Amino acid sequence: MSATDTPRRSMRTPLGRVRNLGAAHSGTSDFWRQRITAVAMTLLMLPVIVVVMMTLGSNQAGAKVILGSLPVAVIMMLFIVASAWHMKIGMQVVIEDYVHNEKLKLVSIMLNNFFSIAVALASIYAIIKISSGV
Amino acid sequence: MALSIVHRATGIALYVGTLLLAWWLIAAASGSAAAYSNVQAFTGSIIGRLIVFGYTWALMHHMLSGIRHFVWDLGFGFKANEREALTWAALIGGIVLTILIWIIAYAIGGVR
Repeated sequence: MSATDTPRRSMRTPLGRVRNLGAAHSGTSDFWRQRITAVAMTLLMLPVIVVVMMTLGSNQAGAKVILGSLPVAVIMMLFIVASAWHMKIGMQVVIEDYVHNEKLKLVSIMLNNFFSIAVALASIYAIIKISSGV
Repeated sequence: MALSIVHRATGIALYVGTLLLAWWLIAAASGSAAAYSNVQAFTGSIIGRLIVFGYTWALMHHMLSGIRHFVWDLGFGFKANEREALTWAALIGGIVLTILIWIIAYAIGGVR
């Protein structure tokens, strides 16, 4: 059955009706980003574990040398961006599932955004600071 | 098996645990060497080691449990025995990987 068979009151196309809809007004974009960041972190997991292992037993000066090298800095920053994004989406799902008071829910989602972005920015700033040697 | 709640719980634990990651990186970037020693003193303590061990397990379990969800997203593994197998693989795999990581960490002299 094609769309033209059925008389409709609306002139909008099926795509037009679903666009920008859904409870979050963002459709499936969060679902998709959750999976992109998950794949990214799975790929980055081994390199990140190696980096952390390399810093074991070294003092601050040694850690600076390891974390300040270009490949390590890039690996860590990619991992941080993917983590922050992933955990922001994940926590929002948890909030939406359990917090039913509308105002409390909005405040919680806002705090979730603040926390995720703050952790990510602080970590990235630290890595850039180490890399630039200041 | 009701492991989806464990996936969620480990996710929340990892969320809070990023504070430790951020603390470690900020301390490494800090101008004072003592800031980094403080992190090492904490992660080297009994409580600190338990927390980092728990964090390692949460990370490994959440990753494997997430891969399990991927298999389902791709449309496989929906039969009862397959669901059970995937769940047990995530559960056992998470514990095995965690112990393996800690054996390697101790072996390369992470503990002084």
